[in-house]
Amino acid sequence: MTTLLYIVGILVVAAAASWLFRAALIAVLPRPGKLLFRTMPLVASFGLLMIIIYVSAALFAPVIAPYGEAEVFDKFNALPGDDPRFLLGTDQIGRDLLTRLIYGGRNTIGIAFLTTVLAFLLGAIAGFLAATVGGWLDQLLSRTVDALMAIPQLIFALLLITIFGQSTINMILVIAVLDSTRVFRLSRAVAGNIVVMDYIEAAKLRGEGLGYLIFREILPNATPPLIAEFGMRFCFVFLLIAALSFLGLGIQPPLADWGSMVRDLSQFINYAVFAPLTASLPLMAAGAIALLTVSVNFVVDWMLHRASGLKE
Amino acid sequence: MSEAELLVTVRGLRIEGRSEDRWNEIVHGIDLDLHRGEVLGLIGESGAGKSTIGLACMGFTRDGCRITDGTIEFDGIDLRNISPARRRRILGRRIAYVAQSAAASFNPAHKIIDQHTEGPMIHHVMSVAESRADAIELYRRLRLPDPEHIGFRYPHQVSGGQLQRAMTAMAMSCRPDMIIFDEPTTALDVTTQIEVLAAIRDIVEQYNTAAIYITHDLAVVAQMADRIKVLLRGDEVEEADTRTMLAHPREEYTKSLWAVRTFAPPPKPPAPPTEVPVISVQNVSASYGAAPVLFDVSFDIHKGRTVAVVGESGSGKSTVARCITGLLPPTKGQILHNGTPLPPDYRKRSRDQLRQAQMIYQMADTALNPKVRISEILGRPVQFYTGLRGAERRRRVEALLEQIEMEPSEFYNRFPPELSGGQKQRIGIARALAAEPEFIICDEVTSALDQLVAEGILKLLDRLQRELGLAYMFITHDLATVRSIADEVVVMKNGEVVEAGPKPEMFTPPHHPYTDLLLSSVPEMDPDWLTNLLKQRGVENIGDAASARM
Repeated sequence: MTTLLYIVGILVVAAAASWLFRAALIAVLPRPGKLLFRTMPLVASFGLLMIIIYVSAALFAPVIAPYGEAEVFDKFNALPGDDPRFLLGTDQIGRDLLTRLIYGGRNTIGIAFLTTVLAFLLGAIAGFLAATVGGWLDQLLSRTVDALMAIPQLIFALLLITIFGQSTINMILVIAVLDSTRVFRLSRAVAGNIVVMDYIEAAKLRGEGLGYLIFREILPNATPPLIAEFGMRFCFVFLLIAALSFLGLGIQPPLADWGSMVRDLSQFINYAVFAPLTASLPLMAAGAIALLTVSVNFVVDWMLHRASGLKE
Repeated sequence: MSEAELLVTVRGLRIEGRSEDRWNEIVHGIDLDLHRGEVLGLIGESGAGKSTIGLACMGFTRDGCRITDGTIEFDGIDLRNISPARRRRILGRRIAYVAQSAAASFNPAHKIIDQHTEGPMIHHVMSVAESRADAIELYRRLRLPDPEHIGFRYPHQVSGGQLQRAMTAMAMSCRPDMIIFDEPTTALDVTTQIEVLAAIRDIVEQYNTAAIYITHDLAVVAQMADRIKVLLRGDEVEEADTRTMLAHPREEYTKSLWAVRTFAPPPKPPAPPTEVPVISVQNVSASYGAAPVLFDVSFDIHKGRTVAVVGESGSGKSTVARCITGLLPPTKGQILHNGTPLPPDYRKRSRDQLRQAQMIYQMADTALNPKVRISEILGRPVQFYTGLRGAERRRRVEALLEQIEMEPSEFYNRFPPELSGGQKQRIGIARALAAEPEFIICDEVTSALDQLVAEGILKLLDRLQRELGLAYMFITHDLATVRSIADEVVVMKNGEVVEAGPKPEMFTPPHHPYTDLLLSSVPEMDPDWLTNLLKQRGVENIGDAASARM
């Protein structure tokens, strides 16, 4: 019964916060922004609020976090509430979990964002090129992508990172290339429907070059599906990094990241039978991942709805 | 007609449509009566609400529409307030619907006759075997070629006109009391249209079916309807018996609709015989892959003159345009521009050669990038070809907008989806003008527009031609348009030029038999036109013409 009350309480607080946030946005922003946010649904407002909180926590981590990223204390395996110094407790070697969560967000979100942007640049440009030029270039790119996609992504990523050596840069590049194959498929399909339009023919007959065709004629029409995919891809990349970290090939200690936190603290779940609060240690990092994923998708859904509504 | 039993009574019908998150009333209190066996024509421009009203007579609205007021009674049944289950028992069984595009309405994955038998089976009217036999009988009555076997083909294996007739047969499958025809011949060529019109009229008469015939083509409705109702933006303008309406329209709006086909600019003097033509198509043959589509096509287009290229769909008239623009390099022959040959492939042409030949497209919706502002759509070719930038470029774009009679301050920053169909087509014209060309290809530029709007576009094109000395190649299947604006006419069939010459010659007999068929197939406002034409040609002939075209 109390659990139910807690859940209802959290939902009410979240709804109230989202409503206030939206009201604040409408009040503060100039006219075009007002119009934009007035029609924003509450879930999107919630998602936006969460993303802003995450991003500012990541940006100002050194200011917000109570301790240093790799600072070790003598008190280890503390549960939340055990020690007033450590609000969310400490891990097995005595690092403050709240600090680790904040710094972990910084690393995980930063790397995932960078990787997704790279994947989109690579995949979208290649996809548009394949659709616009066609012929042998299309065949070459498409078959290469088919071959890359035929290999399971996680295993392929493990293999490539092992070959090129474990480093954050290598991890970003490998995941970006592997993820760009999915973006390629989408952007090629989307652009394929656009290049047959008469306005593309008109631009070709005018004598426009490839760059103008892709960036000025095709891209504006392809953005809605690409933005939707960006939201999805960002979350997948995020989970892939967490998975790689969980397997020990992702972000390396002493850098904090949510994936490794879940891995390192996972054995605490075994003790949840005796002390339910111990389960909260790995679940905090997992919850941070889940909440951001959901928030990003709330916002993306809203943007998509708006984009499709405009087409009407 | 008046003593016949009333079948449908609509009173005070109001319908709202949702756009931009608001409900707007689009039909403002329409009354409508339909007797058994009567054909009512609903005409109006797009946005008049004619399709919405037609569908409402079935108690149905499209997504994003809702009926807010009024009563719809069908044979004593209140269609607005019955349960969906009861309505389903009536739709298809007692009321049928024939859509504009048969090709889009048939399921491409099933044979025609299997889709035909669905309705009678669901409504327990006939068994599958009975329904099949009945389908063949209906196909015979609709004069489809090879009625025994045509139903066993897939929709893509028959022509557009045949598919439209098969759809009419399907609507007849349960012997409904009423059929709603929503622009059933708009997408068809004139020669095919006749066959479909004749077939629909006969079958509706034979089975004494009531019908609502929705169209924007006055000449067509004159052949089909007993009574005509004219609509304008969701309001009724007037309603009368077909003959009365044609002879004595009461309202100004109706008169203006009637008058559209009379636009006739003064004739131009013939081109001097020594003048070098702007574009000369010389013995051009072309093929798509291995399939040849053009055979030895030649004609000239002179400065300040309009050459109309007419023919049915598939006659190769658009392919000629693709050869001229260089999108489809010809396999034989060449294109001369002011006496010098153009490179066959557009990628090999210089910027100046590309500038000289511009194109206006049929579908303004797909010809303008929906995500680009008017300022850029027109500004880009200005900058690209003339090198003007900044304020000069802006002044040129504004001058172009004024030239096409659109207010620069209002439209400069708009996006194409915010424009009406006619405005979009004007922007398409301005984009062609931005290049300052000598020659413009107009590919069916008016066929997607309402008659009044189309007339405005034709007048604009004519004025621009006289001001700027432009040469037009006017691709069309609409002979009324040809009659009003062409100087010379080229008739094409199956990729060959059948007949060519100055307009007065082409419209006076003797004609080539194919030209004659085309000319005589253009519907006229006379309500007896179709009857007389069928008598003249002999009904059997039309069936033959259909099978010959397969």
